Amino acid sequence: MQAIKPKNDRINRRSFLRVSSVAAGGLFISLYLDLPAIAHETTQEPPPKVYPPDAFVHVRSDGKILITVNRLEFGQGVQTSLPMILADEMDADWSQVVSELAQAAEVYKDPVFGFQMVGGSGSIAHSFTQYRELGAKTRAMLIAAAAERWKVSPDQCRTENSVVYGPAGKSTRYAELAERAARQPVPGKVSLKSPSEFRLIGKKVPRLDSVAKCDGSQKFGLDLDLPGMKIAVVAHPLVFGGRVKSFDDKEARRLDGVKDIFEIPLVNGSGVAVVADRFWTAKQARDLLKIDWDLSGLERVDTSELWTKYKELARTPGNVAVARGDDKAMSRIPVARRIVAEYEFPYLAHTPMEPLNATVRFEGSKAEAWVPSQFQTMDQMTVAQVLGLKPDQVTFHTEFAGGGFGRRAVIDSHVPREAATIAKRLRGTPVKLVWTREDDVRGGYYRPMHAHRVEIGIGADGLPGAWRHVIVGQSILAGTPFAVMMIKNGVDQTTVEGVSDTNYNIPNFHLSAHNPTVNVPVLWWRSVGNTHTAFVMETVIDELATRARMDPIAYRRKLLKPEAKKLLAALDLLDQQSGWRNSLLKGHAAGISCHECFGTAVACAVDVSIENNRPKIHRATVAVNCGLAVNPLTIESQFQGGIGFGVTQLMAGGAITFKDGRVQQRNFDGYTPPYIVDAPVTVDVHIVSSTEAPTGCGEPPVPVISPAVVNALARLTGKRYRSLPLASV
Amino acid sequence: MLANRRLLSPLFGLMFIVGMACLVLSTRAGSKRDSANPKLADGLAAWEQVYSVLVSPRCINCHTATNYPQQGDDRHRHFANVIRGREGRGVPALSCIGCHQEVNAESTGVPGGPDWHLAPLSMRWQDTNNRPLSSAAVCRSVTDRAKNENMDGRALLTHHQEAALVLWAWNPGRRLDGSMRTPPPLAHEQFVTATRTWVEAGTPCPRAK
Amino acid sequence: MATYQLNVNGQTKKVDADPSTPLLWVLREELKMTGTKYGCGISACGACTVHLNGVATRSCIVPVSLIGNQKITTIEGVGADPVGRAVQNAWVEKDVVQCGYCQSGQIMSAVALLKATTKPTDTNIEESMGGNLCRCATYVRIREAIKRAAEQLT
Repeated sequence: MQAIKPKNDRINRRSFLRVSSVAAGGLFISLYLDLPAIAHETTQEPPPKVYPPDAFVHVRSDGKILITVNRLEFGQGVQTSLPMILADEMDADWSQVVSELAQAAEVYKDPVFGFQMVGGSGSIAHSFTQYRELGAKTRAMLIAAAAERWKVSPDQCRTENSVVYGPAGKSTRYAELAERAARQPVPGKVSLKSPSEFRLIGKKVPRLDSVAKCDGSQKFGLDLDLPGMKIAVVAHPLVFGGRVKSFDDKEARRLDGVKDIFEIPLVNGSGVAVVADRFWTAKQARDLLKIDWDLSGLERVDTSELWTKYKELARTPGNVAVARGDDKAMSRIPVARRIVAEYEFPYLAHTPMEPLNATVRFEGSKAEAWVPSQFQTMDQMTVAQVLGLKPDQVTFHTEFAGGGFGRRAVIDSHVPREAATIAKRLRGTPVKLVWTREDDVRGGYYRPMHAHRVEIGIGADGLPGAWRHVIVGQSILAGTPFAVMMIKNGVDQTTVEGVSDTNYNIPNFHLSAHNPTVNVPVLWWRSVGNTHTAFVMETVIDELATRARMDPIAYRRKLLKPEAKKLLAALDLLDQQSGWRNSLLKGHAAGISCHECFGTAVACAVDVSIENNRPKIHRATVAVNCGLAVNPLTIESQFQGGIGFGVTQLMAGGAITFKDGRVQQRNFDGYTPPYIVDAPVTVDVHIVSSTEAPTGCGEPPVPVISPAVVNALARLTGKRYRSLPLASV
Repeated sequence: MLANRRLLSPLFGLMFIVGMACLVLSTRAGSKRDSANPKLADGLAAWEQVYSVLVSPRCINCHTATNYPQQGDDRHRHFANVIRGREGRGVPALSCIGCHQEVNAESTGVPGGPDWHLAPLSMRWQDTNNRPLSSAAVCRSVTDRAKNENMDGRALLTHHQEAALVLWAWNPGRRLDGSMRTPPPLAHEQFVTATRTWVEAGTPCPRAK
Repeated sequence: MATYQLNVNGQTKKVDADPSTPLLWVLREELKMTGTKYGCGISACGACTVHLNGVATRSCIVPVSLIGNQKITTIEGVGADPVGRAVQNAWVEKDVVQCGYCQSGQIMSAVALLKATTKPTDTNIEESMGGNLCRCATYVRIREAIKRAAEQLT
């Protein structure tokens, strides 16, 4: 058997297709496994489809095992972790495993959410069992093939490192069994390994994409290059919802390489698309457009006016999210033992490092799209709808993404929508739509601005005896298909999560929310509502601990419900691992916070001093309780990074603001996320040992860092920090 | 660039002596003698014109007292954590010339000139809170040869006439949005004339208030 | 349009481009060298960092007309240099990358730092890497990898 070895082991689907066709002469034997049926490809009888889109595992004749990942890889490490899970149950030789990102297809939908996506920190949590079963079933089929060949019972066979061993010293490599295995029935039920049998799960396995991301060879969506491809940029209205009245493109069209300029409808309003041979030409041409915008009837948002309105709203109860205990309890607590705290949280942009982009080629009866997408199902449907096609007529490639943090999970799919709208006019020509950084910073879909007002009556024991909490902020889900499920009693659950489900035992508790409508598109931002709710809860609780003259960890332990076992275990581990809190340098202080979201409990301690009127975070110690730790190395990275991402909230330039309906920032010079000097110098991550089902790790690190830092600052300055961004200390 | 002007012109010795004498007069005796000495009065008036240029954003943004340059007419801190570094040229991987080329980059709005760098701390014209120093303080620092890389009046005049980064202030290029950067309040020719008058008057400095 | 002879990673490349085009886009679109990334276009994020005659330079704001015969080194070529190779190896060893989009620029900056400073302190690292954004915030591991590369090089 002559193996066809591609030049690069990290083959992507496109190069694989080429390998397949080269191999069609009788040299390539493979196994595809899908659920529930098997498709197979042999040399004698060419398969009906070149590549079954619903395959997860492909055992190649050269011994390589290609595992398909049903999600976007955008830093979180699933391109390594999901194959680890499958390979472990399959007993595959890890050194031979290659993984790739799946196209959009029914079979790749998230088993919990029911569509293909990354979100809710669910990649491992939702696909752990799915990938284990896929691995176990593949293994069972390989064993069945070997048993059939050797005429022995499958019970007499065992597997290790891509080899099936039979009685009397028999052994065969998986690659040699692939064809026969493909003809075996897919087992209905398989037994899974016990944790003691894991070889990969639970180990610190390095990422599969490291080398390509260090030598420049990794291709991201923006790097896509297709024959004849054109680049498009769009001039968007400076006030959301603005429409093009007229435009003058005479100067723009004079530029060499400009192909077309035309008005396109947007989700809200309209814009002007510029198509050119090159990005720089397209951008320059856009700069030369003279557009007369119709902004009539549009709300012109002004941030300072909005604050006034929000704070007023916060002083009146909104729609009730939680009402527990005695509503009159507050009135029985003396005023001297009450705290009123008002908080401000600005709009925040996600600004993933790779600017937003989508490439579409429309060919009349079919189309192809290449998108770094967190929401493949929605994006594919949108492209199809714009082009007048059915979703399965759009081949949708998931491109590697340079970050996302929620920004590539947009329910209205506005970026692929623009790309498809432009591609429709340029039939046959692939069009890559590029959102410049300015488009991204000014383009909306922000973490909503919020005001909180909390009134707490403190009991004689120093614990909160009554709690009234009002949250004001736009609904993320109103008007979307998620509204049915996620808006209850007029309250968007993402507005109140983190307070409504608090693990603190607060007897008389009233939580309500206002979800005003504002002319600013909003979206989930890594950890969603917890970005602001955890900040309020963890700073207020810290204040109460200080008033009660209690250690902040001891106070939290005392106040947590006994059933909050995950969080209590995380706090215990944090306490053990943060002995440094007792030997701080002069001018330093420790800050504590803890929070549970997406099923994962996190406790955090930071060592902070003040340098140049800014918090300097010398160290963060994090204790994580995320159930079974599938890849502790990935978890460590996610927590180090998530902690750093959370610092965005504290940056002096960490706010999107409006004047006369226009965004006042334009790029990283005005909206400034954390650089290395702003992030913690070290982050040590400790994982609570657990065999429970794995829970999310992408979002849970984010909420804890900013309250921990300002809690430390409060110890240094005696001030409480309730307005973000942190303009000065 | 300042370093290039270290050599004194021997032909200019007389002017230098006169200049130093006036400097001594002006700093010691102060402005009460202005009216008694028309040349001194003219010199001091000329200095104020020179000063108005030196503290304009195009000049003073790189004469900071902090460890970073400024940018823009509002003189905000330079973005992206750009810092002074040991010789005013930034640090490895984040050096001035890693962005600022030898000429303005008009299409990307990045100003440029030969050997783009910050003035040394000895030539700071701001305090550490980014407030411009007084006319008297800037004048003292500009004329202090222990601080100004040993430039005498003539050398200062040549510096204002010819130094590439000084000339840049009158050719500051376009901003990212395509508009022209604001030049200093005087035309370069007027600036040189004022400098000459001031130098000829012996580089007098106003008395500190 | 004008024709330029660019010296990229030791090879001479002929390109036709509008003189105003930033080097970044010439590398990415004309030379198909996409390892150098577009992140902001205003030199505020460092994703586009290349070396011009050894100086770490933000290629997104330098028009191709100003390049002349300066030697351009990109992420695709930096591994040919011992310091570049050591930094890339340290990055893999420390499992630095997450989304990876900014890492070409981070590596190019780290190489420039290590060429000037063989034993960088935390302060040196914060200063020299101070203009390279990473939204995944891999900063902790970037520090470790730079120190690791420094160790390997001495």
